[in-house]
Amino acid sequence: MNEYGFSEDQIMIRDLARQVAQEKVKPVRAELDEKSEFPAEIMKTLAESDLFAIFIPEEYGGLGGGCLELCIATEELSKVCGGVAVSYAATALGAYPILLFGTQEQKKKYLPPIASGEKLAAFGLTEPNAGSDAGGIETTAEKDGDSYIINGNKIFITNGGEADIYTIVAMTNKARGARGASAFILEKGMDGFEFGKEEDKMGIRSSSTRELIFDDCRVPAENLISREGMGFIVAMKTFDNSRPGIGAQAVGIAQGSIDESVSYASQRIQFGQPVSSFQAVRHMIADMATKTEAARNLVYHAARVVDSGVKNVSKISAMSKLFASDVAMEVTTDAVQVFGGYGYMKEYPAEKFMRDAKITQIYEGTNQIQRDVIGLETVKENKVKDK
Amino acid sequence: MSIKIDLDKCSGCGVCINSCPFEAIEIKSREDLNKPHPRFKKLAVINQKCNICGACVDACPMDAINIKKERKKPEVSISEYEGLWVFAEQKEGEVQEVSYELLGKGRELADKRGCLLSSVLLGHNVKEEAQKLIKHGADRVYLIDDPELEHFKDEPYAEVLSYLIEQEKPEMILMGATTIGRAFASRVAAKIDTGLTADCTELDIHPERNLLMQTRPAFGGNIMATIYTEHHRPQMATVRHKVFKPLREDSERKGEIKEVKYPGKLSSRTRIVEIIKDETQQVNLTDADIIVSGGRGLGSPENFKLVEELADILGAAVGSSRAAVDADWIPYSHQVGQTGRTVAPKIYVAVGISGAIQHQVGMRSSDTIIAINKDPNAPIFDIASYGIVGDLFEVVPELIKELKK
Amino acid sequence: MKIVVCIKQVPDTTDVKINPETNTLVREGVESIINPFDMYAIEEGLRLKEKLNGEVIAMTMGPPQAQDALRDAIALGCDEAVLLTDRNFAGSDTWATSYTLARGIRSLKDVDLVICGKQAIDGDTAQVGPGIAQMLDYPCITYVGKVDEIDGEGIKVHRMMEGGYHVIESPLPCVLTVVKEINEPRMPSLRGKMKAKKAEITSWNAADIACELDSIGQMGSPTMVEKIFAPPKREKGVIFKGEPRDTAAKLAGELKDKGIVS
Repeated sequence: MNEYGFSEDQIMIRDLARQVAQEKVKPVRAELDEKSEFPAEIMKTLAESDLFAIFIPEEYGGLGGGCLELCIATEELSKVCGGVAVSYAATALGAYPILLFGTQEQKKKYLPPIASGEKLAAFGLTEPNAGSDAGGIETTAEKDGDSYIINGNKIFITNGGEADIYTIVAMTNKARGARGASAFILEKGMDGFEFGKEEDKMGIRSSSTRELIFDDCRVPAENLISREGMGFIVAMKTFDNSRPGIGAQAVGIAQGSIDESVSYASQRIQFGQPVSSFQAVRHMIADMATKTEAARNLVYHAARVVDSGVKNVSKISAMSKLFASDVAMEVTTDAVQVFGGYGYMKEYPAEKFMRDAKITQIYEGTNQIQRDVIGLETVKENKVKDK
Repeated sequence: MSIKIDLDKCSGCGVCINSCPFEAIEIKSREDLNKPHPRFKKLAVINQKCNICGACVDACPMDAINIKKERKKPEVSISEYEGLWVFAEQKEGEVQEVSYELLGKGRELADKRGCLLSSVLLGHNVKEEAQKLIKHGADRVYLIDDPELEHFKDEPYAEVLSYLIEQEKPEMILMGATTIGRAFASRVAAKIDTGLTADCTELDIHPERNLLMQTRPAFGGNIMATIYTEHHRPQMATVRHKVFKPLREDSERKGEIKEVKYPGKLSSRTRIVEIIKDETQQVNLTDADIIVSGGRGLGSPENFKLVEELADILGAAVGSSRAAVDADWIPYSHQVGQTGRTVAPKIYVAVGISGAIQHQVGMRSSDTIIAINKDPNAPIFDIASYGIVGDLFEVVPELIKELKK
Repeated sequence: MKIVVCIKQVPDTTDVKINPETNTLVREGVESIINPFDMYAIEEGLRLKEKLNGEVIAMTMGPPQAQDALRDAIALGCDEAVLLTDRNFAGSDTWATSYTLARGIRSLKDVDLVICGKQAIDGDTAQVGPGIAQMLDYPCITYVGKVDEIDGEGIKVHRMMEGGYHVIESPLPCVLTVVKEINEPRMPSLRGKMKAKKAEITSWNAADIACELDSIGQMGSPTMVEKIFAPPKREKGVIFKGEPRDTAAKLAGELKDKGIVS
């Protein structure tokens, strides 16, 4: 079936990601969730299937796809487990600064091992005192000869500790405020780069969420991405490209919860009939399905806009993340309701989808920030129209 | 191809399409095919996917499909072949249960056919076993003793049995569908160009045609097929353990033991280097009359202890669903199901097993199936003779208590 | 090292049933899949190829659509694929199938190892592996659960028996049939699937592999199907619900009453 106008290659990606999700992720998702265990084996399988290559250009060992391919794979994995999906998608997030702003040397060095899945990546911006207020970061990078010395810490970093390649943002010139930050490429094992606290989370528990600690960490100057002062621009452009991916994760989680709850409702007999035959339930299912379908189409559209090379994608990108994540939260909550009492029990998959969905409304820019972005862009556009 | 659609009878109704498991039938317009008919506009056409299984023949309401059974006639004279043979499978010098079971059924078939029942025993220093075969119903035992035949190796065994068949010309041969039997029978049937049917659950002699009618499951047990070998001899069939019953041993029974020397040197390219016994099983899964299996519902490998305890009380073997094997809770040798072993014990107890079709396929011929699962909608309850809906961690200990009484 | 893996495209048999009233086969949108045991055969072939720097050729006898199964095999990593297809192959029983595959393998020349799955889930006979071996005059080891050693001259394997294993050595070439325990099949890769899409599949008919017409298809099959019918339906069972103590007692009682347990 190809209702979304995918190319043959995109269908291949979709089917393969679906196969991996069904055969490798489904049997272990409950255990990974309970133990908060990183899905190392599954990451290896994704690597061997070439699924990490789909967002890297061919000249760097990739298969040359873009945002839509990333969304397709992320959605399929999310239908089964949002934690596994984000561990996969976060590598793309960590790779984007290099993809979008890296020099040839940087791309040649860091993208091939990401494409082959040999190395995972992570993106580090958030700090204890700088969440939505990204401008308030306190990690410093001081120039010293032909290197920078980095001091500070990042928290809540997805793939922290598991990734080998980290793109982080640090202040090189506090005085310049928003233009005083720069982006760097760090590698696990660098002197002065340690990992701290591993978080115990409400959801996406199979993904690793960890603190990064920089203690006089010396980073060669050639690891600076773009120029000094470009840090926040690198971050914003990175998010513009990656937000549809989070939208895809949310759509997948929503769809997974619909599939499980409809299956259950068709088998569960009350008052002599399957629960799915009652209008109250059927209407809930209808709303869940419709909202998810709308979110999916918005996400694919945003991904296509990103891939088209258009310069300003902030609004559509933010819209796809905002809408899909809010839908996911609503749909997964309703899915628990459809399951009834059993939905509350950990033995049944419904409650995990609900716990997993929540974070999509928060990370990669809270939905409040998304609304700021969308509102700002909409007003800006309107002013231009008037002229 | 020897399947034909009768152009006059076919109405193009398409009922046959759904009956074909290979998607080999299409309905086309008669006009396009230039095969007009006064009343009908459409015609069924059979394509290359057809396997001549015959399912459509029965399904056609117009009787418009015909299969002509063409066969190459081999250069054997059917009338020269006489007698029913049962291969006596020995392991470490001991004849296996399944061979006695086949002698039991063989006796019935031989009497019906009016022929002798013989057994073939290959091994080294196994002469005492030959007498036991007579006492369990054989009229004659062909005994071939050679060091090369001590353990089953496909080449010398196939060589010897083919030689014997050539010399003695039996009409029918039965073998246990064991690891050895299935490989052995296949090799011999291929060597001497004859028909072999695997895993028969029923055997009978056709009253008019005097043929061995061999009934067996196919498509994972979703279908039964009755098969025969018309023009080739001997007619060969393998039968699973515990399908038939052995005769009671008759110590007075007398018979002939014919020692045969293979004229030539037996050799084998393969060599058995080591024989390893499975220490994890007290009772062998394929021999067991009672099996208790555990599945995903057990939650962890340690909980197999419950299954083992219940198995202990019942004198049962321990089985497992695929989920538990894939999770590394128990070795693959215990797996029951489509990609594991097929078993048909007297009692099969499924503990914490949902009963997906792939598991059912491996155990649904069991006489009595008992299911314990907390999900009332688990498919296993569809095939269970008895079921308990409840938490296995509470039910199984109670059941153990009750059975101890 | 030249390895041939024989595979079969089968209907997903869990969906094939007989309508007990009309006694006709019914399939509800039955999908075609590679026989599950053959997946383990392909995986083992690929592992051995990687170990010894060899090549793996996937081969199947079937109608033209069996190409899909061969492309899946290429997507997993097989180097080449051969389809044996001919109207005259239709209606083959295991003897004719073994004959045809053996002729196909012989036409490839210098094959060192043939690997098959233990059995196909539609026929369920497990006869073709040993049949091919006999026709090629190769040794055959069935139910292989582990390959211990292999080099250009010979192979050592664990063969699964009831109640244990035999460790067996054999010279090459030989035929192995494998069970699930032997490995964990890999997932296809995107690059593999792209290669498979464009791959050229060699297609041979009966004449190409010098088959005697009276040894193939229905003509060459000693066995014939008299009839097919639905298996006997199980009687509806007794389900106990309630407190574990009560249900366990009721079940134990039933079993003792009926003499099922003593």
